[in-house]
Amino acid sequence: MDINTKKIKKNAFRVTKVRGMTASRVRVPGGHLKAEYMGVIQSIAEEFGNGTVHITSRQGFEIPGIPYEKMPEVNQRLQPVIEGLEINQEKEGCGYPASGTRNVTACIGNRVCPYACYDTTAFAKRIEKAIFPNDLHFKIALTGCPNDCAKVRMHDFGIIGMTEPQFEPERCVTCGACEKYCLKKSVKAIEMVNFRPQRNTEKCIGCGECVLNCPNRAWTRSREKYYRLTLLGRTGKRNPRLGIDFIKWVDEESIIKIILNTYRYVKEYIDPTAPGGKEHVGYIVDRTGTEEFLKWAMEGVTLPEKAEVSSPLYWNGPKYD
Amino acid sequence: MEVTIKQEQLAFLFEAWKDDYVIYGPKRFADDGCFSDTDTIRYGEISGPEEIVFDEKSQYSFKEALLPAYQTLFYFTEDAVKEADGPEKEAIVFLRSCDLHSVKRLDEIYLSNGPEDFYYKRLREKIHFVWMSCPEVFENCFCQTMGTDQPEDYDMGVKWEGGMVKIDCRKKEWVSLLEPFMKDKDAVEAKAPLRNTFEEGAGKDVRIPESLSIDVAKSDIWRDYDGRCIACGRCNFVCPTCTCFTMQDLFYSENGRAGERRRVWASCMVDGYTDVAGGGSYRQKNGERMRFKVLHKILDYKQRNGYHMCVGCGRCDDVCPEYISFSDCINKLEDAMKEVSADDE
Repeated sequence: MDINTKKIKKNAFRVTKVRGMTASRVRVPGGHLKAEYMGVIQSIAEEFGNGTVHITSRQGFEIPGIPYEKMPEVNQRLQPVIEGLEINQEKEGCGYPASGTRNVTACIGNRVCPYACYDTTAFAKRIEKAIFPNDLHFKIALTGCPNDCAKVRMHDFGIIGMTEPQFEPERCVTCGACEKYCLKKSVKAIEMVNFRPQRNTEKCIGCGECVLNCPNRAWTRSREKYYRLTLLGRTGKRNPRLGIDFIKWVDEESIIKIILNTYRYVKEYIDPTAPGGKEHVGYIVDRTGTEEFLKWAMEGVTLPEKAEVSSPLYWNGPKYD
Repeated sequence: MEVTIKQEQLAFLFEAWKDDYVIYGPKRFADDGCFSDTDTIRYGEISGPEEIVFDEKSQYSFKEALLPAYQTLFYFTEDAVKEADGPEKEAIVFLRSCDLHSVKRLDEIYLSNGPEDFYYKRLREKIHFVWMSCPEVFENCFCQTMGTDQPEDYDMGVKWEGGMVKIDCRKKEWVSLLEPFMKDKDAVEAKAPLRNTFEEGAGKDVRIPESLSIDVAKSDIWRDYDGRCIACGRCNFVCPTCTCFTMQDLFYSENGRAGERRRVWASCMVDGYTDVAGGGSYRQKNGERMRFKVLHKILDYKQRNGYHMCVGCGRCDDVCPEYISFSDCINKLEDAMKEVSADDE
């Protein structure tokens, strides 16, 4: 058997521990898909694989137990899924080019979840369109609210939904629900003063508990959608760490621009000897210093007036090397 | 007087009214909902007919036009008091039949139940009601059960029928506004009031037992709500017949001796409603609060006034985040009565 492993990996197939067997990987941008594609995945697993499917930690499917020679047929079969999920493709019927940039993941978001401050899948797809295909190793995840069910702080870029609570005193009936829920479920940013809630704008994390629990629409959501952008979290061998706060009350445009800028920065500074041409962004920043990274990342970015940029930036986490 | 006009011609009325009246109607507040990317339909000032939401039920009732959620009654200093000014303009409210029937309940509470309420009365005297038809019996509505499905005593009735709008004007001052649309003299003659076109028995089937008595308070059904209800008060705030308020004396902090007294809506479901001097507080369990509310709406108000307080709009069912249905609760009362009478035997 003669297989170009580099080539098949770039075609979203994996070299597995079982000699002669590959696994097909299907990424689902934003983690939400039409149920009909599950049928396609099922048929591939049953006809070409070993009848099982693994749900990956980055919201994809991995179909194991496929003989290498079946790859062209699997690619043919995957065509409607690739089209339906709008995954970038070079040639129809030939699968899609896997890339160093990982699937952009998202929690279920406001299509279903009451807490979510935005449509996470839609924003994930917007980011995906801006950055794919790309060989550089980037991990991006989106979560609807500060509960961070998507664990975005373990990513290079973590995007956390926020809303800026709007208060209409004429509708407030002093029931105290906002104060109570902010105290018990969030960050104690609301205090009653003269029968009215006062929101500590510095403390407020924009989770929306006050809005969710206000029975009379005195608290409502801001028309504008805001985000907290966290930076350079990572798992892995040397120095795993949580992403830290970068910008609070940032907008979609700026996030996309910062991510694209970071790709340019990585191209400039990546270790040319890095195995497979992959190096976590964070290790590059550790090498160049944060100031140099920020110079690149913020180029041409005009933040909204409300945006608060954290400074200086420090990361933690155990160091094993 | 009755005329039929095209929907867009309604704008003509708004144009004629705008200098003399503030006009309230159910309108869409975009992104106003609890959840992101959801709207609220509730009452607000409207400037044209296109703003009125005809085809959906409003989540909140019209009552805030007559009974604001928050109202300053007077301002005080050390030895002087000044009443807060009332509205200068008269008001027009577009509302459904159920809400129109609830005006009678509000009047009962604020004008007939003891001394007249000054603040209510001065708003009430300046308000005019335009009934608007319902395109259908909406989800959770049980107006037919409560006998509130057809309008009474409106100043103007507006009914949508196949792209046209039928208008019945009962207020003399407004008749001349409609003259340009009159086709013949017959139109001037008084006709029967407009009515909703509902199928007999449409809407939720809700039955209030004939035998209902206060004994039902002893039933176990209320305990179910101890754990289910979260005491948020939404059911009260959306209700067109809930009239409770509480007082707040606010001292301006810079001075400490001047301030204002205001009243705000109160909810018998929310903590603090029963707090009394000396630290007492009653109905601690949410099921007890549910019992109090339900029996007030369909038992003791009737014992006092001869008709039910609840008008069957179903907004409390629509809004409850815990999916507690007031009307389902009513339908449990027959068995609950059997349960308590069996206990007595």
